[in-house]
Amino acid sequence: MSLLEVNNLHTHFRTDDGIVKAVDGVSFTVEKGKTLGIVGESGSGKSVTCLTIMGLNSKRTAITSGEALFKGEDLLKMGSRRLREIRGNDMAMIFQDPMTSLNPVHTIGRQLIEAILLHRDVTKKVAKARAVELLEAVGIPRARRRFDDYPHQFSGGMRQRVMIAMALVNDPDLLIADEPTTALDVTTQAQILKLMKTLQQEFGSAIIMITHDLGVVAETADDVVVMYAAKVVEKAPVAEIFNRPRMPYTWGLLGSLPRLDADVERLVQIPGQPPSLLTPPRGCRFHPRCPYVMSVCRSEEPQLVNVPGIDDHLQACHLDEDTKRREAEKLLEGTLAEAS
Amino acid sequence: MLRFLIRRLLWAVFLFIAVTLVTYVIFFLAPSNPERIICGGERARTECLEQARKELALDRPIVIQYEKFLERLVIHRDLGKSYITQQSVNSIIKDAAPVTASLVFGGAILWMMIGLSVGILSALRPRSLLDRAAMVFVLIGVSAHPVWIGLIFSYFFGAKLGWTPITGYCDAFNPPQGLGCGGIVDWAWHMVLPWATFAILFAALYVRMVRANVMETMNEDFVRTARAKGAPETTVMRSHILRNALLPVVTMLGMDIGIALGGAIFTEAVYTLPGLGRTAVVAIDQYDLPIVQGVVVFGTLTIITFNLLVDILYAFIDPRIRLS
Repeated sequence: MSLLEVNNLHTHFRTDDGIVKAVDGVSFTVEKGKTLGIVGESGSGKSVTCLTIMGLNSKRTAITSGEALFKGEDLLKMGSRRLREIRGNDMAMIFQDPMTSLNPVHTIGRQLIEAILLHRDVTKKVAKARAVELLEAVGIPRARRRFDDYPHQFSGGMRQRVMIAMALVNDPDLLIADEPTTALDVTTQAQILKLMKTLQQEFGSAIIMITHDLGVVAETADDVVVMYAAKVVEKAPVAEIFNRPRMPYTWGLLGSLPRLDADVERLVQIPGQPPSLLTPPRGCRFHPRCPYVMSVCRSEEPQLVNVPGIDDHLQACHLDEDTKRREAEKLLEGTLAEAS
Repeated sequence: MLRFLIRRLLWAVFLFIAVTLVTYVIFFLAPSNPERIICGGERARTECLEQARKELALDRPIVIQYEKFLERLVIHRDLGKSYITQQSVNSIIKDAAPVTASLVFGGAILWMMIGLSVGILSALRPRSLLDRAAMVFVLIGVSAHPVWIGLIFSYFFGAKLGWTPITGYCDAFNPPQGLGCGGIVDWAWHMVLPWATFAILFAALYVRMVRANVMETMNEDFVRTARAKGAPETTVMRSHILRNALLPVVTMLGMDIGIALGGAIFTEAVYTLPGLGRTAVVAIDQYDLPIVQGVVVFGTLTIITFNLLVDILYAFIDPRIRLS
């Protein structure tokens, strides 16, 4: 049994302008101790997917359907009491902006202890010892002394470490990281990613790594889900995605990746804007921006199917296999040629 | 923390000197003849006038006069004597202050109770019936003048229904002899309508402020973090939302108590409560400057003290202020 199995997940939001279909039929699985990368542009539905799994969307506006089986239990159908037991205990989340994710009026120690005491029946002293242990594990210098400091006394990178400590304090099986490095500078980004990898080995947690940065995916993920306009457009192990990408949107993402080893004058960008999720384009949602667009793309929605011969690689594109193989090879050759 | 306190205290002293100076100068530059008021108006005798002038040091420069005033105030804590009744201003204020304090603090408790409960409930259920009703109440509260509200209240609840006294004040602890009214119950009984009248405006403002602050804080990232930790909604509300949303309310309360002292004049006038506001209004009518000045000085001191208390309190509840 997979640790998390998401099937045909839909999350729609009621707004004044109409229904926004933020997540529209997303399926994936996360295996024990593995890392799943979810990649896509802003507004592609990656964050909402995970907030839905955690049950953190506003109940007033969100309409959810499908299933999210966590160790066999459907997170979407369980009562709020059971969900609270799982949240922060078996399943934890860290967020994009460490500057605003900690409560400014409580010490970080108090916030860590709160996370422990919500799920464990232990004394404050035991909880404090555990909290300090975690702060040391995430590399906060002089953890015991900094325990009674407030969030504003920490830098962004340090706050993200505190958030990670808080998420791991109850030894969760699944850690959802929503762009954990986006708000940090590049050196700090690398440190945090390294830290997460080390901790993953230590704690054995599975990770869902949400990012728009393929570099982060290459470094951390075992499997990759590419999302575009609320749908999954490609899904494969990480080596497959980088070696045999099968979807023009993924090519675009790969092409826009800055490379230190290649002397490229400009980054290739995907033309146009992500579509509105109020009224998404008919057919393939990527067709208005796709350089390979055909007439079938405008009318018929491509299904997420196996790449012939490779059963863990799924893609949703009308292009024929030969063209796809040729274009993918050209893309790879291009980057290799630039590199040499 | 100590430096913060010292800075605040110095600022309070400076504020006090500035306000007393301004009130002193304004009142003594106003075209009045204090000596004439003391000696009984137009037909005052010359000897009386001369003696009064000497006593008030009106023949000396204004700087000396102010210095004497400050000296009397700071060293002897004496606010002078009324021109008209020759009664000590200290004792006039001592009689009037508890009345105003009853009105303002009772009103503040009432408006905070309404503001917090209705504001939080409104924020939890925006666009609900309760929220809409609360917003109508806010509109009425901020638009209606306390004098009008006071008259309506005393007409309906006092005169028509006979539920409460129409006007007047009862002392809770030291009732004057032979008035046939006194003690806590009578006091509260007489204060019910004034409290309600006085609290409506601020209750409306606080409902709106609490609602807006709570709604804003509910969308903060750290509230989502708290939920992600598995905290139940009551904990999220108490320890994460309210703790942050009510910080500005504390500051506002400190400042509004000061503003409320001024607003108390209207309520005191409608219900003929012998408080500071009414005392000041009567004194201004009669050009009884020492009383007016006494009320202003006392009011200033009260407001400065409150602001100081709030600043200190705020430093304790908001860690970001304490250290910066």
